[in-house]
Amino acid sequence: MLRNSIRDFAESEILPKAIELDEKEEFSIELTRKMAGMGLFGITVSEEYGGSGMDYLSYCIAVEELARVDGSHSATVAAGNSLGIGPINYYGSEKQKKEWLPKLCSGEILASFGLTEPDAGSDAGASKTTAKLENGEWVVDGSKIFITNSTSELSAICTVQAVTGQRSDGRKEMSCILVPNGTPGFEARKMTGKMMWRASDTGELFFDNCRVPEENLLGKRGEGFRQMLETLDNGRLAIAAMGLGGAQGAFELALKYGREREQFGKPVASFQANAFKLADMATTIEAARCMLYKACALKDAGKPFSKIAAMAKLYCAEVMGAVVDNAVQIFGGYGLMKEYHIERFFRDYKLLTIGEGTSEVQRIVISRHIGCYGD
Amino acid sequence: MKIIVLLKRVPDTEAKILINQEGTGIREDGVKFVINPHDEYGIEEGLKLREKLADGSKVTVVCAGPEEATEAIRTALAMGADDAVHVCDPKLADPNPFTVSEVLAKAIQAEGFDVIFCGKQAIDDDLAQVQSILAEKLDIPQVNNATAFEMAADCRSAKLSRRIEGGDEKIETSMPAIISCDKGLNEPRYASLPGIMKAKKKEIRKKSLADLGIAEVPGTGRSRVLKWLPLPKGGECRIVAAEETVDAVRELARLLREEAKVI
Repeated sequence: MLRNSIRDFAESEILPKAIELDEKEEFSIELTRKMAGMGLFGITVSEEYGGSGMDYLSYCIAVEELARVDGSHSATVAAGNSLGIGPINYYGSEKQKKEWLPKLCSGEILASFGLTEPDAGSDAGASKTTAKLENGEWVVDGSKIFITNSTSELSAICTVQAVTGQRSDGRKEMSCILVPNGTPGFEARKMTGKMMWRASDTGELFFDNCRVPEENLLGKRGEGFRQMLETLDNGRLAIAAMGLGGAQGAFELALKYGREREQFGKPVASFQANAFKLADMATTIEAARCMLYKACALKDAGKPFSKIAAMAKLYCAEVMGAVVDNAVQIFGGYGLMKEYHIERFFRDYKLLTIGEGTSEVQRIVISRHIGCYGD
Repeated sequence: MKIIVLLKRVPDTEAKILINQEGTGIREDGVKFVINPHDEYGIEEGLKLREKLADGSKVTVVCAGPEEATEAIRTALAMGADDAVHVCDPKLADPNPFTVSEVLAKAIQAEGFDVIFCGKQAIDDDLAQVQSILAEKLDIPQVNNATAFEMAADCRSAKLSRRIEGGDEKIETSMPAIISCDKGLNEPRYASLPGIMKAKKKEIRKKSLADLGIAEVPGTGRSRVLKWLPLPKGGECRIVAAEETVDAVRELARLLREEAKVI
């Protein structure tokens, strides 16, 4: 029922606008509000705070169905839930949760997660943004980059990862601090010229002597790094769902086209060269789905899922890569034209091997888990 | 106010329909089933009316169908209906419209009603009979193919439009009445995620024929489906070609007259 409902919604509301929004590189407030009306923000948050109280499997199915139609809108939802709402939901105080979650879950506002910096991508520990405690206020200085849902008129708050001191072992002490958009000294600039996810909102954030109350600290001081790692573990499931959904959407487009398009008097799907491509797509998509759903089941059961989440993220992204490549090939020349949608999938795919932990980082996580580097 | 909405589970409009080997129905494996799209207009109109009245009115889904119809019923509850009655009985395996109407009438009478909404027809068998038989059984007016609905302030009558050839027909009916709904009446809402969660806790009252006080399956023998047959395969297509179009047309006319004998 969940899948059918989101599929109907995505095909009726998002699909007709996907090409135009992508072309104009426009983030649609209207569609974001409609997605909020569907309850797509706060999917796993308890009903007490205005969420839907669903499990991670349901969340991933919702993201999968959005991604089957359009990457940008699945990105808005995945980032909204995993990165925007997630940290506040998991680490926020009762007061912070009561203040922010209901508005975030209703989609009235969006939250973002300020982690990546110009000089700190995969090496998140190299963050330079600082927050110093002065007279009961955090003073935030630094900048963040590639931050989803951070600059639109809906963007209301950012969870900023900042260096708040030095630990006894000499490493940086990291903490997460809630900084509302519009706080003096906080500027959010929309980034344009993206290859992919062009209808999602991506921003560059600047903090210059930006002051927020001490109570805006999320969780405990010094827990920022752990919070970030956990947030990314959860986020990986949704990114994997985007790969799975994108692969499914591209496969369906290719299959439909392959059965309709005739060359040499026969549908091109009936040529074995293409039929085998489609068979491989269907097979790898099914394998990816099994892996992701298993990861969700482990997460929902409260069991360790970090390794399989990394595997699912890596694998779903790679499956989508192979699927979109072959799908465009089946479309031939038409596949290169915007009108046929498939080229958007081809571009949108590329983020998935880079964002929320590159494929290389996933392999580091996996190889650590399987004990390649000793105990 | 007690608002009744009727629901039928039908194969998805895009499903590929194949006849089963015995010729007694369609093959259901691999076919996605949905709420009859016209019934969705009825559900939406019921929900809109409840929201407009905002006086504690209830929307109750009534469905006579197999066990598997539960999914469609839950979807209607996720859209926002309050509760449901599901008449589900092995004796209803192959019902005709008279049977369904009799069963629905009994279930609706047991519930009580102030207005009934349903789709103008089911998209599977396209019979469009239930609403009319039901109106007779309940002895209430029916308005079919409604494209606009406006309940009077005192809820004792309603104004409606129905699309007819070349224009709209405006109708006023007393209440209670049964309204069959057409495309254009409204835009059915989607089942939202919170709606889906809430639907899990809503009540579906399962009823057998015995529960409704029906001893014999009504309407048996009135009409019966003898056999289901697939559509005949299309015949061979011949293309009449000639250098000059006019010669092709002459040849076509000759073939139509002498071979096909249709002109």
